[in-house]
Amino acid sequence: MRFADEFRDPELAQVLGTEIATLCEPGRHYKIMEVCGGHTHTIYRYGVQDHLPEAIELVHGPGCPVCVIPMGRVDDGIAIAEQDGVILTCFGDMMRVPGGNGSFLEANARGADIRMVYSPLDALRIAKANPDRRVVFYAIGFETTAPSTALTLVRAKADGVTNFSVFCNHVTVIPAITAILDSPDLQLDAFLGPGHVSTVIGCRPYEFIASERHKPLVCSGFEPLDLLQSIYMVMKQFAEGRVEVENQYTRVVRWEGNPMALKVLEDVFSLRPHFEWRGLGSIPHSALALSSRYERFDAELSFDIPGVRVADPKACQCGEVLKGALRPWECGVFGTACTPEKPIGTCMVSSEGACAAYYNYGQYSKQRIHLEV
Amino acid sequence: MPRAMSEVEVGERIEAIRRRAPRFRDERITMAHGAGGKASRQLVEGLFLPLLANPALAELSDAGLVKAAGVRLAFTTDSFVVSPLRFPGGSIGELAVNGTVNDLAVSGARPLALSAAVILEEGLAASVLEAEVKAMAAASASCGVPVVTGDTKVVERGKCDSLYITTSGVGLLEEGVALAPDLVRPGDKVLVSGTIGDHGVAIMLARGQLDLEADVKSDTQPLWELVQALIEACGEGLHCMRDATRGGVATVLNEIALSAEVGVVIAEDRVPVRPEVLGAGEILGIDPLYVANEGKLVAFVAPELADAALEAMRSQPAGREAALIGEVRDEPPGRVLGRTTFGGHRMIDVLVGDPLPRIC
Ligand code: SF4
Repeated sequence: MRFADEFRDPELAQVLGTEIATLCEPGRHYKIMEVCGGHTHTIYRYGVQDHLPEAIELVHGPGCPVCVIPMGRVDDGIAIAEQDGVILTCFGDMMRVPGGNGSFLEANARGADIRMVYSPLDALRIAKANPDRRVVFYAIGFETTAPSTALTLVRAKADGVTNFSVFCNHVTVIPAITAILDSPDLQLDAFLGPGHVSTVIGCRPYEFIASERHKPLVCSGFEPLDLLQSIYMVMKQFAEGRVEVENQYTRVVRWEGNPMALKVLEDVFSLRPHFEWRGLGSIPHSALALSSRYERFDAELSFDIPGVRVADPKACQCGEVLKGALRPWECGVFGTACTPEKPIGTCMVSSEGACAAYYNYGQYSKQRIHLEV
Repeated sequence: MPRAMSEVEVGERIEAIRRRAPRFRDERITMAHGAGGKASRQLVEGLFLPLLANPALAELSDAGLVKAAGVRLAFTTDSFVVSPLRFPGGSIGELAVNGTVNDLAVSGARPLALSAAVILEEGLAASVLEAEVKAMAAASASCGVPVVTGDTKVVERGKCDSLYITTSGVGLLEEGVALAPDLVRPGDKVLVSGTIGDHGVAIMLARGQLDLEADVKSDTQPLWELVQALIEACGEGLHCMRDATRGGVATVLNEIALSAEVGVVIAEDRVPVRPEVLGAGEILGIDPLYVANEGKLVAFVAPELADAALEAMRSQPAGREAALIGEVRDEPPGRVLGRTTFGGHRMIDVLVGDPLPRIC
């Protein structure tokens, strides 16, 4: 199986791994958080950790869009879907996320019509094809997916579509990182910045992390070699006594971000005063709602929504895992009561979630395999 | 507070849970129960198996074994509910014949005869039905296995999606052929008969929900001739075979690892995948190891016969791209591990439901 070979070359990886090892100060342990779930997935999928010295521990951050959805918002989605004539659409990852009242998959088994789409434009297409139904897109994700939701709304408005709306759960990454930096049990040494989010927002918004919080951050791409190179850049900063924001993903990320995307986001969305994050609690100015210019597409206004805050199950330690305070397997229910087929917490659902990634790929990852075939 | 467990202890506890007989406790059937992953296993092993309990069923192989009057017969059945009915590389009619023929073949049985039961939706165009019956006839003629009995039912519009086909098949186990997961042992080599993931990706693309175009055809094809060549080349050195349909090669490897209590290790760079399939998978975040095939088998072969097995497969049209992808180990029992293309390692577990595309 080969693809994008230049970014997955095992020999180059070995070279980089050796270089990284020589940068480690003897006796020092480094905790580096990859903020983005895409990175978590790559790390486990390709066994990136195998190329790193023991002294470097990768800590999985809150950047898995599905993992930060609170249970109450899942219930809200189901409540919308159960109203007459509604088709609720969402990304595949959302289907198994447990709410207080089951998941979308289970709602479908009870008669709801919740369909998986690959992009919000597909949801708009479904709306146009079903003029007698009300079609709602359950929007989730960071600044990565928000622009496509925004562009879909621009299109819906231009085309005068009246049976389409968006239930908006878009969140923004900087407040989440700030919340982690503020947490008292913080033990992180550095961050790997989310590559896709950064294509939109650029690197400038991270500057305070280095200048005020004194933690290095390197914006990283998604191929396994990107991650190794970013870790190398972090270690180089430590070795040279620098604390900076650097950009490893220069083939895609501009320092200033993407002004056009930012403009559309500003036009279509407005910042919510507060938003509830799974496990992290309520974080100010951390999420997007539809702006007044798009309020007729806002499902929160046009549907009856319970909007009840559902407390996370007692056993659930997703918050600690999202903050990097606990490793997935340190949660008391990991792999026993909480498994990918019966998740208690959200981190067990998406393959980008730290718990699911570790459960599906990670156990035994420290076992070296010598296989000559 | 209980004492915090070490990573190893947590791993052991998970292993213990994995080995518990799966229980079926869901209140309703969801799509996950049909996707070939853990939920399907819970449905089959937690509901059907205990209630219908008998030794042949308990094997849970691709076909059940029946002995009568000194002969050993393999008996199997499969339902086909694919949408769309026609897709690049095949159609439901062809699939229904090949799928059942292959379940017999990988059990080591020469397919003798098939039955076909069709459920038709009121309003279905006769031309559509005729095309599928012709497809069945062509597939049946090409592998020389006749459809000797059948049944038709019509249900009201909306009660089914155009056309469902169930085929059953009976086959004769040849003298001296013994295939079973228990016969798989450490040292055995793992082979696949060709490129993986073609069928599943072809169907996903044919549904037209993705803004993706790629030239991928279903691999639906009968495997009996290939199996025959393998049996001739390896004899008793051929320990087990599975048809890598729903759930893909990864699911088959896990089934064998668990039931033989062995570890299976594969090298991902040895797994044959078409670039188009890999590309589509990358974009959708779907791993070809979990994608369905309809004409590919996985074989476990004694190490000294691996080369002969590979040669035998490659001599057949259905096995031109066969490859040796890994081997069986003592450790870790019940688990499948992969050496990644990046030179790292990962675990390859059974999926929960349908492989869900990642979003970003
Ligand atoms: S094991 Fe489950 S409950 Fe515990 S942190 Fe992970 S997802 Fe949350």
